[in-house]
Amino acid sequence: MMNNKLGLILAQTVQGAASAVQGAAANVEMADGLRANGKIYVVVTVVGIVLLGLITYLILLDNKIEKIEKSLKEKQ
Amino acid sequence: MKQNWYKVLAVILLIYTVVAGFLGEVPHLPILHETIRNLYFHVTMWFTMMTLFSIALVQSILYLRSPNEHRDIVSAQAVNVGLAFGILGLLTGSLWAKYTWGAWWTNDPQLNGAAITILAYLAYSLLRKSIDDGEKKARIAAVYNIFAFVMMVVFIGIIPKFTGVDSLHPGKGGNPGFNTYDLDKNLRLVFYPAVLAWILLGLWILNLRIRTQKLNLLINDEQ
Repeated sequence: MMNNKLGLILAQTVQGAASAVQGAAANVEMADGLRANGKIYVVVTVVGIVLLGLITYLILLDNKIEKIEKSLKEKQ
Repeated sequence: MKQNWYKVLAVILLIYTVVAGFLGEVPHLPILHETIRNLYFHVTMWFTMMTLFSIALVQSILYLRSPNEHRDIVSAQAVNVGLAFGILGLLTGSLWAKYTWGAWWTNDPQLNGAAITILAYLAYSLLRKSIDDGEKKARIAAVYNIFAFVMMVVFIGIIPKFTGVDSLHPGKGGNPGFNTYDLDKNLRLVFYPAVLAWILLGLWILNLRIRTQKLNLLINDEQ
């Protein structure tokens, strides 16, 4: 029991020293958990859908303008 | 289809930007945390704006050398689209500032410079609307457009770098630039394609606006 506790403290000290060496960067809070849970993919997909929607809109607009350009040319 | 290759490239790069922008590795930095990813979505707005304003500048100079309607249209529409990206840059930057620097707006010379630039170009739009005569409008607008571009270079490019006032932006007011400490390999891998992606999207919208404007003029001429 005592040995276990001592071992734990030792391990923690070593770990602490290691992360201190890595510098402050290791302590910066990041959303690593969000990715681990896998739900970030939902966000990426949602943004992707919005993006694709907007691009589709642009393509349709592009085609529409092209149609008008063509019909005007034919008239002339 | 041949002249539409850049639109296809824009779509591919934009999708890459969103996917890699959210899922890619980023450096762990204090204060910034995950917001470092705004590099792909906020900073790129300014690159796009500056590209469009540069196009407007070149067309204005060319217009003054030899007046032609096409150049005037391109110049005016490039300013319009550039303004849209600039306003998006201001809004997203303000939000980013709130969550990292603690305020919606700070006295950062870069911020004020960007705001002055936007105002200078808004004045360009107002100037155009206030003159009826086509040729006179185009000439005055072209001259003012060169002035507006100089304002942008001074207020975004020069003053923030050399004023004594501290700028919180990287590379300004004595701060180290991104490239000196943390624009690492992972960031570059997404950032450069992202810049290109948004610029190409801007060019696409510009293309649509130029064509719409030309159609508008054609229809008005016929009547």
